[in-house]
Amino acid sequence: MASPTFIYPEGSAAFPHRGLVGIAGLAPHEITYLLDEAEQWVELNRQAKKTRDLLAGLTIINAFFENSTRTLLSFEIAGKRLGADVVNMAVATSSVKKGETLIDTAMTLNAMHADAIVIRHASSGAVQLIADKVDCPVLNAGDGQHEHPTQALLDALTIRHAKRNFNGLVVTICGDILHSRVARSNILCLTSLGAEVRVCAPPALIPEAIDRMNVEVFHDFGAALKGADVVMMLRLQLERMQGQFIPSPREYRHLYGLTLDRLATAQPDALVMHPGPMNRGVEIDSNVADMVGRSQITTQVEMGVALRMACLEVLTRRARAVEGWA
Amino acid sequence: MSPSAPLVVTNGRLVRADGRIERGGVRCEGDRITALGAEVTPQGGDRVHDAGGQLIAPGLVDFGVFAIDKPAFHFGGITRAALMPDQSPPLDRPSSVRFAASSGKPDFWVHPLAAATRGLEGEKLAEIALMRDAGARGIATGRQWIGDSGTMLRLCQYAAMLGLTVCAHAEDAGIVGSAVATAGEMATRLGLPAAPAEAEALAIARDLAIAEMAGCAIHFRTVTTAAGLALVRQAKARGLSVTAGVTPAYFMLSDLATAAFRTFAHLSPPLRSEADRQAAIAALADGTIDVIASGHDPRGPEDKRLPFTDSAPGMAGAETLLPLTLTLVRDGVIDLGRAFALLATNPARLLGVPAGRLEVGAEADIAVIDPERPWIVDSQKMAASAGNTPFDRQPVQGRVIALFKGGARVGVKSA
Repeated sequence: MASPTFIYPEGSAAFPHRGLVGIAGLAPHEITYLLDEAEQWVELNRQAKKTRDLLAGLTIINAFFENSTRTLLSFEIAGKRLGADVVNMAVATSSVKKGETLIDTAMTLNAMHADAIVIRHASSGAVQLIADKVDCPVLNAGDGQHEHPTQALLDALTIRHAKRNFNGLVVTICGDILHSRVARSNILCLTSLGAEVRVCAPPALIPEAIDRMNVEVFHDFGAALKGADVVMMLRLQLERMQGQFIPSPREYRHLYGLTLDRLATAQPDALVMHPGPMNRGVEIDSNVADMVGRSQITTQVEMGVALRMACLEVLTRRARAVEGWA
Repeated sequence: MSPSAPLVVTNGRLVRADGRIERGGVRCEGDRITALGAEVTPQGGDRVHDAGGQLIAPGLVDFGVFAIDKPAFHFGGITRAALMPDQSPPLDRPSSVRFAASSGKPDFWVHPLAAATRGLEGEKLAEIALMRDAGARGIATGRQWIGDSGTMLRLCQYAAMLGLTVCAHAEDAGIVGSAVATAGEMATRLGLPAAPAEAEALAIARDLAIAEMAGCAIHFRTVTTAAGLALVRQAKARGLSVTAGVTPAYFMLSDLATAAFRTFAHLSPPLRSEADRQAAIAALADGTIDVIASGHDPRGPEDKRLPFTDSAPGMAGAETLLPLTLTLVRDGVIDLGRAFALLATNPARLLGVPAGRLEVGAEADIAVIDPERPWIVDSQKMAASAGNTPFDRQPVQGRVIALFKGGARVGVKSA
């Protein structure tokens, strides 16, 4: 679809990282490399036969220490489409509940000689901690309020399919920025690619000094939407809130719900995005979420599988002794 | 020579109680200093220690430590420490206070700080008078703020009656919640639960008002922000009985040290901004801060090799207390005399113990110190029971070369 943005360095120099812990630390061309690599999998996934055996014989462990439905499923499908043996570690039945430390769990997974480990954890920095202790590539599927790099990459891929170019693109991210790892990764990714990012939320849900991440801060949703090319809505992470941050969901919708009327202040062809799970009628109205041609919410899910296939394929090249990557 | 023979430390540079540094020696009989100055000379039968021209200083008095870790304290020249009540179980009963008070003797003296409230839960007052008579040298709220102002007022009134200083933790609990970092760019990028630095000033403002109402002496164990230090400065100017402490981390490091989720830099209160670090240095220079303590809290991998949010706060600080304080002297922030006021004289005065200064009649707690000796902090080779220091691999200067507690030589790990 979109043509390669860069002429990339040879072999592993195109993506020299062992794992994918965050967007922080990735150069812009490394981000576009993963996006470009994902394009072939977007195509494949639209075919009748959508499996390959590129990763046949490799073991990928999905270790999710925090509940997940869509991300876990997306990683599982991505691994299986590439022919890998995918194992999911369910936290509810794991020894983590028996008091085992995170490091011990990581060492156990490592001793099983996984070829890649995908980790989600409720604490910021937990994925880096594990990545430092294991021999195989580690992919961050979300750590606390820190980063969720594959979500940001799949969002960028989605935007690129619709808009082609990031330069000067105005992206408004509205919702619980404070507790959102999706917001942080997206801010890093989109600003790195040249987009202009706005964040919008009541003050209690905006982290201190977020403007230092090259974003513009808004509390007035109408102003934040004006002229936006992409509107990315985030849910309220009530499970992470200690104390009261907003009076009620109804009042939140009154100020920050994406309604048809509000969307009209954005560009006429503005994209509507949401990483899910959505709370319809709170941060986004159903008639906006379901707008054909404008809502990218299901496209995001589609791109997610392809993007994660790209990440798994690229990061296992060393293990597979791919020429130039061994 | 019997071990009870008089001790004479000769040929040194004496740190006098008034802050002057002068050539001379110290003579001790029993556990007390009996003479000091240029005229001190050994007599027959004395035990003689030649200081070799190095500093003869009072043993350091460490106000606010979380563990009794003798090898680390001795390495750092510390002969007495005020033990925080944050133990397991907390020091909230006379029996545990009495046990703690005798736990280091003879070569290290522990001065327990009594828990202000039972279980350090901030609700019911603990049996403070009984604990005082069991050896407690002050009252501490622990590593938390007493949220209920009524409880804090009654505590301060009671402390004033008993003549005990209240050692308070300056973080407004409602604002801090479960935060582990100071709100700012670093915490935002790392996605760490963070609270604004102003939580400290809010807590200090309330506690100062309460201490003034109650007429009680209050000591803020670690004051780490510009706004908090300004409040202490103003209160002192008004003549309130308030003192403030800090640990070297807050004048050496900012929240940048938490980059890459380094749990050794997870402290309580959390590391602050660069501007606050500069404010701490200014407050050390102008006398707003009275005490530099180690906050010694050795924590092994079971507490530190965890995600940042889940890790325990605290650092092993006893070994680096002296050399890091001496950086202030080298940078011209304070002079050598004031360094020992901060490290020994002032904390001893707060505890009401006859130590922390070299003068006739004081306890013969003496450290012979080479203030220039270079060494490199190595978390793998610490005297402490755990090596959780954010200063790992840092070159420092200043080492204790001999230590005496009550006139008796104490072995110091040379590493």
